[in-house]
Amino acid sequence: MDHENYPESLLRQILKDTKTIAMVGSSDNWVRPSFFAMKYLQSKGYRVIPVNPKAVGKDILGEKVYASLKDVPEKIDMVDIFRNSDAAGVITDEAIEIGAPIVWMQLGVRNDEAAARAEAAGLTVIMDRCPKIEYGRLNAELGWSGINSGVISSKRFKKPGAPGRPGRFSSRRP
Amino acid sequence: MSETPEQPDDASTGDDDEFQEYGFDTLAIHAGAAPDPTTGARTTPIYATASYVFDDVEHAASLYNLQTFGFIYSRLTNPTVSVLEERLAALEGGRGAVACGSGHASQLLTFSTLLTAGDEFVAARNLYGGSITQFSYVFNNFGWKCHFVDPTDPENFRKALTPKCKAIFCENLANPGGIIVDIEKVADIAHEAGIPLIVDNTIATPYLCNPFDWGADLITHSLTKYLCGHGNSLGGAVIESGKFDWAQNDKFPALNQPNESYHGMTFYETFGDFGFTMHARAVGLRDLGPTLSPFNAFLIITGIETLGLRMDRHIRNAQEVAEFLEIHPKVKWVSYAGLKSSEFYDLGQKYMPKGPGGLFTIGLKGGYEAGIKVVEACELCSHLANVGDTRTLILHPASTTHRQLTEEQQRASGSGPEVVRLSIGLETAADIIRDLDQALSAA
Repeated sequence: MDHENYPESLLRQILKDTKTIAMVGSSDNWVRPSFFAMKYLQSKGYRVIPVNPKAVGKDILGEKVYASLKDVPEKIDMVDIFRNSDAAGVITDEAIEIGAPIVWMQLGVRNDEAAARAEAAGLTVIMDRCPKIEYGRLNAELGWSGINSGVISSKRFKKPGAPGRPGRFSSRRP
Repeated sequence: MSETPEQPDDASTGDDDEFQEYGFDTLAIHAGAAPDPTTGARTTPIYATASYVFDDVEHAASLYNLQTFGFIYSRLTNPTVSVLEERLAALEGGRGAVACGSGHASQLLTFSTLLTAGDEFVAARNLYGGSITQFSYVFNNFGWKCHFVDPTDPENFRKALTPKCKAIFCENLANPGGIIVDIEKVADIAHEAGIPLIVDNTIATPYLCNPFDWGADLITHSLTKYLCGHGNSLGGAVIESGKFDWAQNDKFPALNQPNESYHGMTFYETFGDFGFTMHARAVGLRDLGPTLSPFNAFLIITGIETLGLRMDRHIRNAQEVAEFLEIHPKVKWVSYAGLKSSEFYDLGQKYMPKGPGGLFTIGLKGGYEAGIKVVEACELCSHLANVGDTRTLILHPASTTHRQLTEEQQRASGSGPEVVRLSIGLETAADIIRDLDQALSAA
């Protein structure tokens, strides 16, 4: 798979099929990017389960923190990695072990070898993106901050912030 | 909060899977806009609202902390203005844009994000006179020192750089007339020094030139000019490419260090390639307030829809008028890069193959006095200070807009005593020529 440009339909499908996200590297510090993403994704209806060995047992945004992916009792649809690119390798292998279908690495996080291993095991891998930003981009909200969403539509969104059905897409990955 | 994530009924179909490239004219009409969700209204509503209700206090807190996207107060965001911002970002091929009250305001937002007191920057000396004044005086008072250089040799930028320089600034197609800067070379020089190149793309517009393609990192605009196109609204904008690495050195603490007013959040880390845009909005607009009115944004959005059409006509008319003036007995020289006689003709072919815009200067044989007589004798051309209107505009900078500069500064910026500037409009070309001909006979 081309890990520079992801098809809009793939990102939409992932965001649609995902119900429960395990966020690895989740911080209880409310100023950290992972907290921002967790809060936003929760507000959009996703269940986000924090994983951080340094914060085990704590409560982040109403969810109990687990030490590792293997400790999470729920079925995980997406493993969202807020760790550096090296750590992403180990976490990806754990994601393969627990049978999570999607591995998503945050902005600036890229591990091509781990991605290859995951894809060989049948997983879908997204790298160097943020699900909060992609959700916002595909649902018009990112445009509210003057960001180029790359989406052109003549259809009416059902309501602001909720996705409608944009007719066509623009390629220009900003 | 709903049980399952809100999604469309049919998230994907086969035919919208592949990337689509849209042409410039399509983006000019559609980028950033969509029918109003509540009413289906097709054009962009003018949201004449100062403020917006919160769903609850949690929603409010999330907005203030930048944890969710939305509208708080029109000083920072407004739904009409955001359509304009996204459109500008799309047209320039950039990542994000912040619109503001004027071109001057866009410069204030840009430099206040990049510089703190004691910092410096290098700027081309061939700039709109108002920019020269802003850089020389009020920016100086802020503690931002500007070094002006002759941009016709890019090496001059390199020679002027000091360790405290945080940016290079130039107009790719310089006001008042005819000078084109080799921005690809200037971008390399900026990047070797670890600083961004800011290009003011006002006179060229994204229809003629895309500075990001040539290495620029930030683009500023006076939307008042060709983008609005009809002389009815002031506006400005700064757009980022999303490609500059703000963490490559320690020169940009505003983007790279924790921000106290956001409880220690670091903009570049949190927002990545639109970190500059978020800062210019969430700190720049918030604290300085040079906000664009949604009424102006609506007029500018409407004007942009015909940008391509208008620029083609501006160029066609400008070429015809420039060729007429080039051989006129009262005219000493014409500085328009569309003329083969221009030393910038080749650069024009490289950077603006569709044409070098609609703005140029002429030098009158009769000097300063002739300049005054010509502008005052026009009956169709409008004697006023502006550029990029449907109407042809004429100006004698030395006795008006550039009067506050010294003669040395005037000449350095291309507005010496004998210079008349023309912003060729969309009137029938023969009428423009006839009016200039009769005005020149008075010179």
